[in-house]
Amino acid sequence: MIGLKMKWPLPDMTTITKNIKSEIIESYQQHSFDVAEESRSKAITFFEKTGMPGNKHEEYRFTPINKKLEQNFNWNKLNTPSTLSSADPYMIHELDANVVVLVNGAYSKLHSKIISLESELSVCSLKDAFQSKKSVVETYFNKISNSESDAFAALNTALWQDGVFIHVPENTNVEKPVLILHINDANSEQVISHTRLLGVLEKGSQLSVVEKSDSSGTQPVFHNFSEEWVITEKAHLEYCKIQNDSGNNYQITNTVIQQHDHSMLNTFILTLDGQLIRNNLNIIIDGENCESHFYGLYLLNGTSLVDNHTVVDHRKPNSFSNEMYKGIMDGNSKGVFNGKIFVRPHAQKTNAFQSNRNILVSDTSSINTKPQLEIWADDVKCSHGCTSGQLDEEAMFYLRSRGIGEATAKAMLLYAFASEVLAPIQNEKLKTYLDQLIAERLDKNF
Amino acid sequence: MLTIKNLQAKVGDKQILNGIDLKVNAGEVHAIMGPNGSGKSTLASVLSGREDYEVTGGEVEFLGKNLLELAPEDRAREGIFMAFQYPVEIPGVSTINFMKTALNQIREYRGLQALDAVSFLQLMKERMKLVEIDQSLLNRSLNEGFSGGEKKRNEIFQMAMLEPKLAILDETDSGLDIDALRIVANGVNKLKNKNNATIVVTHYQRLLDHIVPDYVHVLYKGKIVKSGGKELALELESKGYDWIKNEVAVA
Repeated sequence: MIGLKMKWPLPDMTTITKNIKSEIIESYQQHSFDVAEESRSKAITFFEKTGMPGNKHEEYRFTPINKKLEQNFNWNKLNTPSTLSSADPYMIHELDANVVVLVNGAYSKLHSKIISLESELSVCSLKDAFQSKKSVVETYFNKISNSESDAFAALNTALWQDGVFIHVPENTNVEKPVLILHINDANSEQVISHTRLLGVLEKGSQLSVVEKSDSSGTQPVFHNFSEEWVITEKAHLEYCKIQNDSGNNYQITNTVIQQHDHSMLNTFILTLDGQLIRNNLNIIIDGENCESHFYGLYLLNGTSLVDNHTVVDHRKPNSFSNEMYKGIMDGNSKGVFNGKIFVRPHAQKTNAFQSNRNILVSDTSSINTKPQLEIWADDVKCSHGCTSGQLDEEAMFYLRSRGIGEATAKAMLLYAFASEVLAPIQNEKLKTYLDQLIAERLDKNF
Repeated sequence: MLTIKNLQAKVGDKQILNGIDLKVNAGEVHAIMGPNGSGKSTLASVLSGREDYEVTGGEVEFLGKNLLELAPEDRAREGIFMAFQYPVEIPGVSTINFMKTALNQIREYRGLQALDAVSFLQLMKERMKLVEIDQSLLNRSLNEGFSGGEKKRNEIFQMAMLEPKLAILDETDSGLDIDALRIVANGVNKLKNKNNATIVVTHYQRLLDHIVPDYVHVLYKGKIVKSGGKELALELESKGYDWIKNEVAVA
């Protein structure tokens, strides 16, 4: 490994990478983890081989993550204690939901509250589920994660402290959504949390999940969240992720969702704040007649860097996927989008659509966007498009010519551009909540 | 109401207006005609404050104010309305929300209270009738997927809502069939009174059969080369623009 590194002509990069890497491996060796030891050891072996993704790494070219992580964290520390007394400030009160709270990566029984019947929905600490839900966990845990292709996913598999297990039995429509709150308490010192989720929707079941991460305090937070979702036959998952943490927050999310025959998936990721956020969303369509919509919106300012890497992998014929990500960059913020569509040789009659549209509001903001289509089947319909530009001047003039001031006109156009992605959200209360966040960010006052 | 003196303007490096003089009083309808490329639309754009055009000389006074110093929104708030030749489609903004915002910002500028939702809807229903426009159209995104006729009717609807002192109709007849033309013209005529004025910019006479002008001006090479009464429009219709071009060439 060291020999390989010597090839790079950047000696200081090598040092940085090496330091984090050895610190992390040390941390793995020093901590004891009660469960999932085999997968942990495989994952750390993979990590030992690859190390952190450097600037030359194709998947991290625009996201200089090493430097930021090296500067801000002591990698030997895990499990920062918390004195959080209430999860209330982070709650979405509008939602009548099952609430799962994780504090610094640990499942908090104190702050969590499950209101659905146990026959409808199992929710518990993932660590506990290794005992109490052994057979389901053994069937699905770490089966689809990308911990042997992505360094951060590997780190999560090796180092996860705790997390959430969600299981919906056959033919059950869970009426109340599940709200997962990650709260990282960085009041006294830095937090490194590797949190893990396993969700399984059995045949014909239906679930809506809202996931939100926050931090308190000003110390740096590194939140590495990996989740695996299995949507079995005819099941339906609605998934919304909200990233609105103005703390000193570095976040990596690795979401892998596997769909079986006739299943349905809607995802929506709203990103408003964060020092550095990298979302890996991998959707594996491993069934026929599946439908999959994934939407994203990033409204950035300050010095935020937000990187959405999505993959949809059509492995079976006759499915439909539709992706729409939109972004507005202001200040010195930076957006990155990479959307891969794979259509495997026998995934005939696939319909796959992708679009990524961006508006740069300031001269000092930027976006790097890249669609990547790899299609091996010949009878498919696929399209993609990405745009980046400024506000439409003709539209601005039209609004102003009717007496609408410049600031309002700008807010109207940005809001109209952004709010389109809310259309597919079914839960009206959630939609209203998201709409308010967007309106506030875009200074909507009309 | 409006006094234009020796107005000159260019877009990019191209000089388009070469000294326009025009005076419009309350209660009057003026038609600006002329061949393609004569500067008709440029004049309308300069008056409404489009930023692509650079005024290189002359002055424009509107109700005692220097119009050229005002931002487009302030011109609208002072009472200028331009009906666009090509109304813009704006996905995600409904006409209703757009009009409510516009109307209330204009009212605020004039020191009036914002209209509440009920009064706004009442006003809207009343003005919808003028241009025979359906509410379902107004609930939709502004002009998105509208036919040519629907877009132009929407322009006149907006004009009815904002009650401008000076309306500038920029080629409002282009792309309209005869029924749509009648509806649009009726709307304009109903809004006309002794306190407001209208400038109709058009290439053809046919709109002027419906909106009868008090004065007709012929624009050619960025100047008004001939002015007259409504009969001038008829003369242009039968003789074309060549005789004007010849007259200018001789002079």
